[in-house]
Amino acid sequence: MDLKLSNSNKDGIEIVDVEGEIDVYTAPRLRELLIELVNKKNYQLVVNMEKVEFLDSTGLGVLVGGLKRVRAHDGSLDLVCTQERILKIFRITGLTKVFGIHDSVDEAIAARKAEKRLPA
Amino acid sequence: MATVEVTFTPLPVHVRTARLVATAVARRCGVAESLLDEVRLAVGEACSRAVEAHQRHCPGQPIQVSLTDDGEQFQVVVCDSVQGSEHDLPAAVGLPAGLGAEAGDGAALGDGFGIPAGGQVPLRLPDDVGLAVIAGLADDVRVASAASGTSVTMIWKRRTASL
Repeated sequence: MDLKLSNSNKDGIEIVDVEGEIDVYTAPRLRELLIELVNKKNYQLVVNMEKVEFLDSTGLGVLVGGLKRVRAHDGSLDLVCTQERILKIFRITGLTKVFGIHDSVDEAIAARKAEKRLPA
Repeated sequence: MATVEVTFTPLPVHVRTARLVATAVARRCGVAESLLDEVRLAVGEACSRAVEAHQRHCPGQPIQVSLTDDGEQFQVVVCDSVQGSEHDLPAAVGLPAGLGAEAGDGAALGDGFGIPAGGQVPLRLPDDVGLAVIAGLADDVRVASAASGTSVTMIWKRRTASL
């Protein structure tokens, strides 16, 4: 399955919905979207990976690159993922310590608000 | 003789094809369903790495994937044609300590990749992360560099009954 990307804003946090496979072929599209969002001054990002069917280290690199960019603006990039086969690559690489990984978009937003003390 | 051999031009779009073929052959060879995702990811990592190396050094040369079932194990070999030392390999397949099929929660790996929990994050992951991922997925991984290129051999021993 090809990669489908969409984004929307919820409570001041940009939600990126990703569906399909993130690999060496499709990852550049996700990278471009993340760069575009940061360039538009969206520094609080949540990447919803609940519909991601495949993720490799190229995709991890794109997510790490996105995290680097938002952190440069004191921002954040959290993930939503409950799929064991996707979570496994985060565990193998130790990136579970780097990303905030949540069970739902609402949980990710709530965690971000709590950390940043944003108004409810 | 390999059970199935695949040769493809070094383009990212073909990595998916290689993944699909590897998964199909592994299933046909009786590899446990629970391991098929690992085969798919590991083969994809090896092929992605080969594609990137070919695009830098020899974009006109094909990449070869050999899939072999010998009744005891399922073996996948991904061979590139990048010659000599110009093909950057981690020293002696320098996978971070602790990596392997039983890497567990990767507790030490974040530090191994220089990616701290709250500090500076590199713009892209180190080049050997793909190999590290492979090592975390396959039962055995061997990387051999020769004058003709580099081969990544991945072996899965855990199997269900053969078909």
